[in-house]
Amino acid sequence: MKSTAEIQEKSINKIDLKWRFIHWRSAILYLLPSIILFSVFLFYPLGKTLYLSFFLTDQQGNANVFVGLENFQYILQAESFHKSIKATILFVLYTVPTGVIISLFLALLANEKIRGVGIFRTIYSSTMGISVAASAVVWLFIFHPSMGILNQLITSIGGTSIDWLLHPDWALVSVSITTIWMNIGFSFLILLGGLQNIDDHLYESAKISGASYFYQLRRITIPMLSPTLFFVITVSLINAFQTFGQVDILTQGGPSESTNLIVYSIYREAFVNYQFGTASAQSIFLFICILIVTILQFKFGERKVHYQ
Amino acid sequence: MKILRPIITYLLLILTAVIVFFPVVYAFLISFMSGAELLQGKFIPESFHLENYQKAFERLPLAHYLWNSFFISTVVMLGQLLVSALAAYAFVFIPFKGRHIVFFIFISTMMIPWEATMIPNFLTIQQLDWINNYQSLTIPFFAIAFGTFLLRQHFLTIPKELKEASDIAGLRSFKFFWKVVIPYCRTSFVTLGAYGFLTTWNMYLWPLLVTNNDQVRTVQIGLKQLQTQEMASEWGVVMAGVIIVIIPTLILLFLGQKQLQKGLAQGALK
Repeated sequence: MKSTAEIQEKSINKIDLKWRFIHWRSAILYLLPSIILFSVFLFYPLGKTLYLSFFLTDQQGNANVFVGLENFQYILQAESFHKSIKATILFVLYTVPTGVIISLFLALLANEKIRGVGIFRTIYSSTMGISVAASAVVWLFIFHPSMGILNQLITSIGGTSIDWLLHPDWALVSVSITTIWMNIGFSFLILLGGLQNIDDHLYESAKISGASYFYQLRRITIPMLSPTLFFVITVSLINAFQTFGQVDILTQGGPSESTNLIVYSIYREAFVNYQFGTASAQSIFLFICILIVTILQFKFGERKVHYQ
Repeated sequence: MKILRPIITYLLLILTAVIVFFPVVYAFLISFMSGAELLQGKFIPESFHLENYQKAFERLPLAHYLWNSFFISTVVMLGQLLVSALAAYAFVFIPFKGRHIVFFIFISTMMIPWEATMIPNFLTIQQLDWINNYQSLTIPFFAIAFGTFLLRQHFLTIPKELKEASDIAGLRSFKFFWKVVIPYCRTSFVTLGAYGFLTTWNMYLWPLLVTNNDQVRTVQIGLKQLQTQEMASEWGVVMAGVIIVIIPTLILLFLGQKQLQKGLAQGALK
């Protein structure tokens, strides 16, 4: 004969199981829209990209001939892809450190508690509301060889005008300047939020002991801000790898492919040349690059970050 | 030293603000200039007439593009809010087995660059016959891991007692969500909504791929058209287009700046 305790345990288990099932069912219902959308527009296409990268395709994007790793061999040997990689790396080096430093400087300025600082905060964050297309068109005119303000300024003080977008060395610099300007708004807003989260008490004791502004900056502000800085650097890096609009409007990848950043290169390969196989191989390359950057950042960056 | 510091701060604030805002002011001034004025290399227009704006609307169906952009951005914003809120609700309030793993998978989708999936996505859209269709510009963007993450972080701060009390009171999930969760987490909803609207309004590469006539084309692509159509002397018209395109998002940003800053910083840090 079963003891009452045993029976009770069994029925509790039953109720427990029933609840578990109910929880599962409702959780799945709530998650279903996300799961379906992620599957159709993210996981499936990622797999398909990998699949296509092993094939030669026709113009409709159907996989025709299996070629194994030949697409990868091809892109890694192609001179134009080397140029694209080089341009992308240079672009990251030009934009990320400069952009973060400028935004940090602006955030520190706008965090001062003085009258009317709100207007400046609005102005600094404004570039976040300006689209890639609009920014690029405005800068296209700023860089205009004869009518643009930059060359007008240079010639008015007696210098010789610069071929901003037409010279291979200057073009990437010009695209970088545009990008830094565009990203200031977002980085500034995040960094300002981080600065405002720092506890005021920390500064009070520093002030009492008479620590200078730069001492406070080095010993309190930067360490306390490090998680935010870390986040901003990661986002800027990933954004830099994904740059497209500025290139399309300012230079179309030229002159002589000096601004053919990786996403632009993928776009051209797929939608202008209809080489979906090699374009997919480039996409996989981009995916791996971003994956490595993110992992490295978390592995090495995280150690130096100070959390409250 | 005590007097000097605010003076230096103000000087730096003004100087940097002028530099940062310069391109916008420049575009604004040029949008009132005629071709002749531009060729003379003027900086301030002779008069503030609206001729260029009128021309911009004549050259392209700009009003229609504006409507397209507005409609698409609003639909994506609402879709993202709904889909993210549902997912975040499940992660916070339903204790199902394996939710940590599922949540981890959600978060890891943030590492997949959208560009790495664009080729098959384009082919899918083609097969669905969604080219030049509102669906192709809205539905793929409804699910967003960042949104789920942001809302989850805020939902977690809702006191457990509130959920228990509503369970005892026999409130159904939907009612709890409507009466408690939404009012409690308003900031995050506004942040995510503004973020979704802004990013969709500013989208460039995807609309370039999936539209090839005026039907659903967005204003960003219109801007590119305007720029490639107009040559040398018509820059005033192009800049009028720029000003038209950036005004809605600038207004949105000015109104929501404080909320956006708070919300994004929260999402970034916790």
